[in-house]
Amino acid sequence: MTLRRSMLFIPGSNAAMISTAFVFKPDSVMFDLEDAVSLREKDAARLLVYHTLKSSLYDGIERVVRINPLSTPFGRDDLEAAVRGGADVIRLPKTETADDVKELEACVEELERKCGREVGSTLLMAAIESASGVINSVAIANASKRLMGIAVAGFDYVVDMQTERGDGSELFYARCAVLHAARAAKIDAFDVVYSDINNEEGFLKEVDVIKRLGFNGKSLINPRQIELLHNAYAPTQEDVDYANRVVAAAAKAEADGLGVISLNGKMIDAPIVDSAKRVLSRAQASGVRR
Amino acid sequence: MQIIQEALAGTLESSDLFVRVSPSEGALELILNSEVQNQFGDQIKKVVEATLAKLGVSEGATVIIEDKGALDCVIEARVEAALLRAAGDKSVDWESMS
Amino acid sequence: MDKNNQSAPGRSETVAEPELFQGFAAKNPYLADPVAKLDRKLVDTVQEAVRRVGLKDGMTISFHHAYREGDKVINMVVAILADMGFKDLTLASSSLVSANAPLIEHIRNGVIRKIYTSGMRGKLADAISHGLMDEPITVHSHGGRCALIETGEINIDVAFIGVSACDAYGNANGFSGRSRCGSLGYAMVDAHFAKSVIMLTEEIVAYPNAPASIRQDQVDWIVQVDEVGDPAKISVGAARATTNPRELLIARLSAEVMEYGGYFNDGFSMQTGTGGSSTATVRFLEERMRHLDIKAAWALGGQTGGMVDLHNKGLIGTLLDTQSFDAVAARSLESSPNHVEISAHYYASPMSKGAVVDRLDMVILSALEIDLDFNVNVLTGSDGVMRGASGGHCDTAAGAKLSIVTAPLIRSRIPTVVKKVTTRVTPGETIGVLVTDHGIAVNPNRPDVEERLRAANLPVRSIEELYQRAISITGEPKPIEFLDKVVGVVRYRDGTVIDTVRQVAK
Repeated sequence: MTLRRSMLFIPGSNAAMISTAFVFKPDSVMFDLEDAVSLREKDAARLLVYHTLKSSLYDGIERVVRINPLSTPFGRDDLEAAVRGGADVIRLPKTETADDVKELEACVEELERKCGREVGSTLLMAAIESASGVINSVAIANASKRLMGIAVAGFDYVVDMQTERGDGSELFYARCAVLHAARAAKIDAFDVVYSDINNEEGFLKEVDVIKRLGFNGKSLINPRQIELLHNAYAPTQEDVDYANRVVAAAAKAEADGLGVISLNGKMIDAPIVDSAKRVLSRAQASGVRR
Repeated sequence: MQIIQEALAGTLESSDLFVRVSPSEGALELILNSEVQNQFGDQIKKVVEATLAKLGVSEGATVIIEDKGALDCVIEARVEAALLRAAGDKSVDWESMS
Repeated sequence: MDKNNQSAPGRSETVAEPELFQGFAAKNPYLADPVAKLDRKLVDTVQEAVRRVGLKDGMTISFHHAYREGDKVINMVVAILADMGFKDLTLASSSLVSANAPLIEHIRNGVIRKIYTSGMRGKLADAISHGLMDEPITVHSHGGRCALIETGEINIDVAFIGVSACDAYGNANGFSGRSRCGSLGYAMVDAHFAKSVIMLTEEIVAYPNAPASIRQDQVDWIVQVDEVGDPAKISVGAARATTNPRELLIARLSAEVMEYGGYFNDGFSMQTGTGGSSTATVRFLEERMRHLDIKAAWALGGQTGGMVDLHNKGLIGTLLDTQSFDAVAARSLESSPNHVEISAHYYASPMSKGAVVDRLDMVILSALEIDLDFNVNVLTGSDGVMRGASGGHCDTAAGAKLSIVTAPLIRSRIPTVVKKVTTRVTPGETIGVLVTDHGIAVNPNRPDVEERLRAANLPVRSIEELYQRAISITGEPKPIEFLDKVVGVVRYRDGTVIDTVRQVAK
């Protein structure tokens, strides 16, 4: 069970951030070659991300590269740098249809063969940033076995919807739709960035909402948000104690050869055991909530 | 690789380096300034020279580097970016890169 | 004469015959002059004051550094002494800063032959590191300076004390007048031990200027000058908590080490340092203090607005203050009865009959380098040039129950954790914990602390692991090249030599 609570954006052209951001230990980093990089720096950023991927700086952290759309002059070069560099995941921006994902998958497979990477070892994720993307999210989520998750991206989406970022009601449908598509396809779901970095209270309020909805985590633009997010996702001590009892009961039932797990006289079914395991893995990653 | 025009890459910010490549007559000239010269001057020179060799630049260029404590992966990336720009060719021959 | 009195200490065996009474003013003629009686200490110029105290070539002059980068006194007085033709003076300033670059010329011209200081920065430090002086400078801690004074190695002939305001008898504090530096903790030591004291003041105020940090019975002469210092330059941007994510990460870990290290109990004491990172640590700590209903009995050190804030909120009982780092601290020193000015001697001297550092629970310290034996360098930079100060580092580390060093593991490309420090200022045996952005290392001599931090799930590594982590990112740095000439001698707080600084090769 891979924890993907925090995905930290790092502009692909920013040497200082690239040289230090691993200390913040997000679950994933996303080296951005798209919106955070100006047109004249696309070539240099691509090389910087490539050499960073080749280094061991981000060992132990999932490395995602956001490429430019394949329809732009940069997309295929970005993809080649990312796949050859050894990126764990390619993030496709502005995904509109399942075909966008299939096209990406074909390109990735070709590159894997060309550079001798194990075919299938590069995972994909799709960012959904428009009304049509949201409408097509079920098909998108099922478009490739390589797809590890889908993300709602807020900025372009609200423009497309002719509204603006506010209290979250503007994202209500998109969040629910994308999340359901992900869950039905058994892949992960990621929420939008929260860009008002000095507003801790607002950030935590939003985290509370998306965690309750069921998102795996959020994209983040400032490292300061990582600890806040991980703490919000950390279980309480009571949660951990209960999860430990559930897992122990499940182990005992298995040892006793029983099909039915019971705890304090109540029957426990498989989803509860899964949920308990998730609680324990979050507790292991960042302790109990403070 | 033929250096045909002046090109720049990188920045003067901390942990980055700034590279200026220009065409010149004759032997390759490398000028390296680093704020970590004492501790890492030799290592930086090694990385830069290996990168120049990898891209086949052995003459006809002046390379001026202002290093602000960049790590090796940053040095390699910035030197490559400057050389590719100076060669007027932004497409990378990835086969030769690794 | 009574037999018992004859053996009293300090009595000479042969007592001179006492003189006969010659009139009430015979010994103190100013008493007969109604003007001189009140104004006799006021002289018009520094030159005149210097003549009256009888300064001679080869003597020792002292200064305090409460204004830090804003100090106007040191450069001004030394320039005057140079003009007057003095040579071979020993300069014993409690510390020196970048602004003291003009001293280079006076060293070159032979006006200053020896220097005692807590530290130095900028061009002066650069020149001395490159061999400017014939005699190496002596670097001491704040407490160590007091010890060198008490043992007579630093024998202050004339102390020049810059203050914002004093009365006509020389009563001065750091919160009257217009350039308020707050605590006069360093100057109090000089006023007590110097043979002569010349006070330089921006303003003469009505008598008595109370309370008096520097007292009238310590002051010989008073000279009014245009300016003694700019308090705005005491600290540049230190009071505001940092927003740098890496500093915040270290600050949060530091606060957690304080919380779980074993000394976070109601009534605890601490010294936290003054940088933006320390201010952030205090902010994280405040949250835990409130949550667990724990209050600090007292806090020590250079005081800042951040500590004053906690004091005003009732979370810190008493502030003990040797140096006020901002205007908020200076104002609080004036207004809060439990914000107490203390001298450097009272703060940290190992020869004092009672130094506060001995009673500290926890201290947060910085480091330019820390080595595998936890020895700390706060003096020489990665190029081997002096660019820091000993300060209260080794004093507090020696006294506190738990000393916590905080530093980023890597600065630019330079690792902070090294095999062996360039210059040892604080011995590793007095350092408990190192907090970096890559994790925490606990000194093997503190297994109790390590156990508690591990139990709290904090990212504890060995210092060797942190070292390996650093060089896996930066590569192994080449050692700095030094020449044989010794340019600085580092004295531990007890006066012993703990290390030397040699001239850098380039």
